[in-house]
Amino acid sequence: MSSLLFIIPFFAAIAIIFGAPAKFLARMAALVTCAIGLYAVATWKNAEAWSMSIPVLDVPSIHLAFGFLNGTSAVMVALAVIVLLAAVLSGQAPDGKEKLYYSSSLLIGAGAIGAFVSTDLFFFYAFHELALIPTFLMIGLLGRGNRKEIAWKITIYLGVGSLILLAGLMWLANVAGTFDITAMLAQQKAGTLVIDAATQKSIAALLIVGFGILVSLFPFHSWAAPAYASAPAPTAMLHAGVLKKFGLYGLMQLALPLLPIGMNAWLTPLLVLLLGNILWVGFVTINQKRLDAMLGHSSVMHMGYIFLALAAVVAAQAAGKTNEFGIPAATLLMFAHGISIALLFGLADRVESRTGTLDFSELGGLAKSAPTLAFLFGLGGMASLGLPGLANFSGEVMVFLSGFEGRSAGGDLGPVQIATILSLWGVVMSAVYVLRGFRKTFQGPTVNATVNATDLKWIEKAPAILLALALLVVGIFPRILLQLLP
Amino acid sequence: MPAYYLEAITVTLGIFLLVAEAFVPGKQKSWVGLAAIVGLLAVLALTFRAIGPDQAPAGKAWASFALWDLYQYTSTAKFYKIVALVSAIFVLILAIDFRSVMARYTSGAKDESGTAEYYSLIVIATAAMMWMASAKHLSMLFVSLELLTVTFYILVAFMKRNVGSLEAGVKYLILGALSTGFLVYGMAWIYGATGTLSMEGIAAAAQATPSNTALLFGLSLMIIALGFKVGAAPMHFWIPDVYQGAPTPTTAFLSVGSKAAGFMALITVVAPFAQSPYGSKIYGVLAILACLTLLVGNFGAIPQNNFKRLLAYSSIANAGFLLLALAANRTDTADLTSPQIVGFYLAGYLIMTLAAFFVLSIVRVQTDSDQIDALDGLAKRNPLLATAITVIMASLAGVPLTVGFLGKLFVFRAAVDAGMHTSVMIAAITAAAGFYYYFKILRAVWWNAPHERITLSLRGSSIFTFALALLTVAIVVFGFYPQPLLQLIR
Repeated sequence: MSSLLFIIPFFAAIAIIFGAPAKFLARMAALVTCAIGLYAVATWKNAEAWSMSIPVLDVPSIHLAFGFLNGTSAVMVALAVIVLLAAVLSGQAPDGKEKLYYSSSLLIGAGAIGAFVSTDLFFFYAFHELALIPTFLMIGLLGRGNRKEIAWKITIYLGVGSLILLAGLMWLANVAGTFDITAMLAQQKAGTLVIDAATQKSIAALLIVGFGILVSLFPFHSWAAPAYASAPAPTAMLHAGVLKKFGLYGLMQLALPLLPIGMNAWLTPLLVLLLGNILWVGFVTINQKRLDAMLGHSSVMHMGYIFLALAAVVAAQAAGKTNEFGIPAATLLMFAHGISIALLFGLADRVESRTGTLDFSELGGLAKSAPTLAFLFGLGGMASLGLPGLANFSGEVMVFLSGFEGRSAGGDLGPVQIATILSLWGVVMSAVYVLRGFRKTFQGPTVNATVNATDLKWIEKAPAILLALALLVVGIFPRILLQLLP
Repeated sequence: MPAYYLEAITVTLGIFLLVAEAFVPGKQKSWVGLAAIVGLLAVLALTFRAIGPDQAPAGKAWASFALWDLYQYTSTAKFYKIVALVSAIFVLILAIDFRSVMARYTSGAKDESGTAEYYSLIVIATAAMMWMASAKHLSMLFVSLELLTVTFYILVAFMKRNVGSLEAGVKYLILGALSTGFLVYGMAWIYGATGTLSMEGIAAAAQATPSNTALLFGLSLMIIALGFKVGAAPMHFWIPDVYQGAPTPTTAFLSVGSKAAGFMALITVVAPFAQSPYGSKIYGVLAILACLTLLVGNFGAIPQNNFKRLLAYSSIANAGFLLLALAANRTDTADLTSPQIVGFYLAGYLIMTLAAFFVLSIVRVQTDSDQIDALDGLAKRNPLLATAITVIMASLAGVPLTVGFLGKLFVFRAAVDAGMHTSVMIAAITAAAGFYYYFKILRAVWWNAPHERITLSLRGSSIFTFALALLTVAIVVFGFYPQPLLQLIR
């Protein structure tokens, strides 16, 4: 049944390419997908009803298999369907480009959902690639600024990342002797999957670099900010919000359980790199002069926290303990970040459509002429800097708790704890750049660009309110997601 | 029906068309091509009915013919016969569409009378490939290979009033003759060392004499000769020039049919040594050839601005992947063996390369240019063709959910299992380079602004469009569901 989540947007996109009414069909398909998706998420524990498997190849055995691996898959699906609906509702297609615009959004959504509900390594990888192609096309065709060069850069960057990842995944499948992720995890639990330390270390390195490039892990992050700044709003929302989480999801589902020794061998470098994300990119973010560039960099920066939660799990596993906070923290923060960054990218696009610019030096006072826009953007910004009551707060708090989880009182600080303490400064930096960006855009005297700006229309409010509600609900009742996890 | 009827029927068809064309008046000659397509479709259907001597009903005289010492009908042979027939059928469709260009360079713009032989030559070349697929004796292999090569000399130089085509013909003739020399000389050494030309006899001799330098020398000469045929570096240098100069349908046939036949021959020649003491040496040489070919093909393709030359280098690059699969020498029958991987890769390569040549041909016929920039802004002029090109190039580059990805995946698996880490690394780097040059075409199609001088929408005839759509859909369907193709190979 979970195959429907992939099939509906995928075939809707195909129908649009062949001439079906683009806007209407895209919105209907996203709405239906969202409804089925949320229902599926709520009932994912009834795994029998949601999984399916069609053999496509005997030797090596590959199945087109869909299902929920665990609660994390369910949360990611919830994120994907909500953002897909918001992305299809927001933004305006340039004249004559409706087909491309809406079919690309649906294909990116379909690919991301497909990857999150795949239980076969082959299709897990393949669906992510499927989603990348429309991303490249959208940036190259409809992007802002130096779109061709940026599209070319992200194509090469992510192409290479995917190849490295493919090498790691194939090696893993070879060692495990199967492409079936559920079977791998079951073997691992039963103790029949023994991978020697050297092999684990090599595979883990490939996976960290491969997935890392896709998630914009420092120093492989330089594709991300320009790409998001250039991408049309729905593409930026879907890629930054949903598709990018594929890398973290993959590390969480495959590398952590299957390669504990290998991941632990790379723990210190990983901690250094994630601090690069949080602190280095954090500083870079403060210095941005455009709203879209600031949002792009902030989305790179926040990946560091999620890596931190994963690192905490790795360290705990190596010490023979279980880190109860790590996985829920990472899952919750992935969801919260996805929703909040989608909200911000969607609204930044609305700012540009009103003022014709995203340059801080040409903006100011927009809150007077467009108060709803300012309020919703502010809500997204506050979520992003971790204001209590919004989803990101619970995620970030749990990440920091997971950093200290299992440390015996009075003992020395381990590398994870030191990294946690340093990364706390990231919260301060978030506050600086978010508030600065908000002030420069929405407060102060109105300027030429903003004086005649109109407020959000009803249809523009709908996606923003949808995302804002998701932030609020999860912020106040994080249990609604956490109960899905073990 | 005995299997050798297949080739007999095909050759008869070729000769019949050649003669019939001379007696039918009129300047329209495309009916010859259509008749050839119908005939080959019939042969394709018969392929599934053909049987070898082991399946023959008792008492049939043909089952004990001495021919079966030279000729075999295994599932592999059947598969390569199907590859030859399918590629020939698509090349004939391509040739019918391309006849306006060919007529211009043979008998004059409005007169097709000079193009008719082209179709029958393709049929005869197909028969040669089919024979080659069944050869189990070096003399049989040689005769069929020569029939193929000599036919190709004519096919390459067919546009007799086009300097490029003639130049390509001369180059192909000289290098083809050279490689034939290597082949015959190698066979002579092998005969001298083993006293037999049958593959079974050679296999037995290889087991019996663990270190026979003469045998090894002969074999290496034959590998060089077949390296010419498949386009392995450093025997690849004729490929870009000949591909660029030859008429586009010939180029398509060379890069698909001729390459498949070359690999079939290579597999036949190398197979007896797989388990012998010579194995490690031969497969080591093949691995080196594979790496060289991958590097030359992929890095050579990067600076190309001519679509046809790009496809020529792409064909070299793909030969590298095929050689890598062969060099992995995977014999585990529970999984895919090396020859099976080569077969699957070739089938996928056939689909996507033919599709690419269909695109190339339509560009050439309507804009008279082979340059990549003739495709500039195609997305605005003909969005469906642009979508098809996107699928084709994605498959050639190896994007998942296309048949090209699965082929590469199997090759990489085999090479990783065989522990060829350096080769795998080189293959991975060169595959990444592949993304760059295949996507260069997509960049022209989607991102570049249309040219002022080229405003054609590039629409083909209905049979042409149907064939291209069929190939494009096949790329995606077999990318999702490869089982039917693999069924054919097993």
